[in-house]
Amino acid sequence: MDRGLTLRDVTILKNGAPLLSLSRHIGPGEVLSVMGPSGVGKSTLLAFITGTLAQDFSATGTIILDGMDVTDAPAYQRRVGILFQDDLLFPHLSVGANLAFGLRAGGSKVDRQTRIDEALAEVGLDGFADRDPATLSGGQKARVALMRMLLSDPCGLLLDEPFSRLDTALRAQVRELVFARAKARALPVLMVTHDAEDAAAAGGDIVTLSPLH
Amino acid sequence: MIGRIVTALRSKLSTDVKTRHDHKSRRVLPVLPAITLLAMLGPVIAGLYGTILPAFGHLPAAGLTGPTLSPFYDLFDWAGLPRAVMLSVGVGVGATALALTIVALLTAGWSGTPAFRFLERLLSPLLSVPHAAAAFGLAFLITPSGWLSRAVSPAITGWDRPPDLLIVQDTWGLTMMAGLVIKEVPFLLLITLAALGQADTGRSAAVAKALGYGRLTGWLKTVFPRVYAQIRLPVYVVLAYSMSVVDVAVILGPNTPPSLSVYIVRLMSDPDLAMRLQGAAAALLQLALVIGALMAWRIGEAIVTVLGHRWIMSGTRGKIDPIVGGLALTAGIVCAFLVLAGIVVLGVWSFAGYWSFPDFLPDQLSGRNWMRFGPGTVEALGETALIAAVVTLAALALTVGCLEAEYRYGLRLSSRGIWLLYLPLLVPQTAFLPGLQTLMLNIGADVGRLPVMLAHLVFVLPYVFLSLADPFRAWDVRMGVIANALGARPDRVLWKVRLPMLLRPVLTAAAVGFSVSVGQYLATLLIGGGRVATLTTEAVALASGGDRRAIGVYGLMQTGAALILFALALIVPAIVWRNRKGLRYG
Repeated sequence: MDRGLTLRDVTILKNGAPLLSLSRHIGPGEVLSVMGPSGVGKSTLLAFITGTLAQDFSATGTIILDGMDVTDAPAYQRRVGILFQDDLLFPHLSVGANLAFGLRAGGSKVDRQTRIDEALAEVGLDGFADRDPATLSGGQKARVALMRMLLSDPCGLLLDEPFSRLDTALRAQVRELVFARAKARALPVLMVTHDAEDAAAAGGDIVTLSPLH
Repeated sequence: MIGRIVTALRSKLSTDVKTRHDHKSRRVLPVLPAITLLAMLGPVIAGLYGTILPAFGHLPAAGLTGPTLSPFYDLFDWAGLPRAVMLSVGVGVGATALALTIVALLTAGWSGTPAFRFLERLLSPLLSVPHAAAAFGLAFLITPSGWLSRAVSPAITGWDRPPDLLIVQDTWGLTMMAGLVIKEVPFLLLITLAALGQADTGRSAAVAKALGYGRLTGWLKTVFPRVYAQIRLPVYVVLAYSMSVVDVAVILGPNTPPSLSVYIVRLMSDPDLAMRLQGAAAALLQLALVIGALMAWRIGEAIVTVLGHRWIMSGTRGKIDPIVGGLALTAGIVCAFLVLAGIVVLGVWSFAGYWSFPDFLPDQLSGRNWMRFGPGTVEALGETALIAAVVTLAALALTVGCLEAEYRYGLRLSSRGIWLLYLPLLVPQTAFLPGLQTLMLNIGADVGRLPVMLAHLVFVLPYVFLSLADPFRAWDVRMGVIANALGARPDRVLWKVRLPMLLRPVLTAAAVGFSVSVGQYLATLLIGGGRVATLTTEAVALASGGDRRAIGVYGLMQTGAALILFALALIVPAIVWRNRKGLRYG
């Protein structure tokens, strides 16, 4: 089986007009950084991969994740994790319940609780399970969002300007954590960013997109 | 190029088909918008159809076949008609223009000030008071033996008995107009506030101020045109409603002759079925009057636009701003006071023992009235709550279904389509409800609770939809993307993420729907065939008897029934999300 995330001849169109084209393979544990001016369709590319393309957009090409063609699969079956610049923790759920939402179904109650506690411990948030996410600091929220996503056991990871809301000191720290966790799980990572420093820190290939017209 | 698009379309279609088939609710959801439109417009169209036939003499149930113009001849033979028409048009246009003027000047002169925020805080309770209760309250305040007269008698006026003045039910319908204005001002203010939130109005006002304009004039010249464009449809609703209202007209309007809408209800309630023909003809006349008034209003808008443009070009900065602003604020406060004090005086009467003029308070307060009328109100309360609960739940389900279908499949109403939402509120009730009743009579359908619920749904649905649509659409869709990426199916996202996050707006929409249903008079009376007794029908029926103690009890119960869900909509989210800071103000 060919592990990793493959985009084969992917073209994103807005109202029928092509925005961008990309054809790449991202191996397990590798990071591909996609840069380019705003409006070039970077976020739309990610929406195509997650299966949540907005109305005005369409796309051609094939998305292959760990050897499976997921191009036409419903969003919730793709096993593609995504992180945005905002933590987007569910405000009505506790930190622990946010993680439980992400954790794949199955396993005993004790088992699940243990996995959640372990996940929190992995990012230095022991005992945070009952906390209201709104009371967490920016860095803490980012870490919970990361672990929530990882607990869903994704086969690939998408990052949409993930660090741009964090201040400089925190930024490097969270960035390092995200890349380290992704590498530890051998996930292919596709990052969309404005920030050259983020792209450099990712350590992988950098693709700069330009408008297709 | 074309090949690519075709491939894209094909893949999109296959995704849609796949998602649609792999879960049961996916098959129901896409048709919900159609069902909703049918529930809202079906009865209106059927009712208009059922009005047109008898208006031209065709009523098989009474053994009458048309077509003939005699119902119209009968109607035009009625000596009270010119007066009834004048009342309908005069009160409707007058109340709408007055309420709109007060709201526009109030917002222009005071938005953002503490005084304005004070009025904003009063909005929810003011809105939830049913029209009938507000009308009774107003009557109890301003009638010659009312609370206001008692407050200043005999000390200032020297009256030791009520003066012989016709205030309530005055021939010109001025009291009726006042009763409508005090209820429409809060409604239009709410709509205006919503519109203000959408237009970038703060900076325009600031620029105007920097150019030396008074607060009020600057706002009217820069912000009002944009705001009016957004509140136009609700203003039309107020106009159509005020022209054809029945319960307020029964309570505060003149009797001889009554307004056209009250006359229609009288004809429709006549045991002689032939009177329904004349009633149907009058209903069509009412429809024509409303359409005519709406067209005239549009012309008025054009004239105001031209005059307003001239006023803007003149560059006047607003010398009399403080005076106009002061008047507007006074008017706004008076409206709020009359509604709230009206509820208080209903409460006092409901507990009053012997209460002679000009005593400000009754000799004794007791629970006797409540013991006497309580059992009756409890029964009516049960009926009211059952109908309102079922209708509100149905409206919520349809609304959430429509909005979710819009989110999943992009089935969104165009800006023209929004008219459809307002249509049931723009067609006068007195034009289609009598027809609906006649139609049911013709096909032998039974009147009763279920048809009443369906009729209520026509009025509840638009309000629930308009109340929930904005917060539902404002939800951050990236939450949905995240939840999908975490493996949650669309239904799970809806139930476990979106709706819990939207608990407060959902409950507020439910409260709006519930209070609209509680306040329905004509739909309950006509479609219920007089056999469905709600707090509103019972309270309005008391109007002619003039038993103030009974009215106090029923009016207070009616207000309480409408208010309770608004209170719950505030309290429940506060308790459920007490440990969730992120949702406390959401």
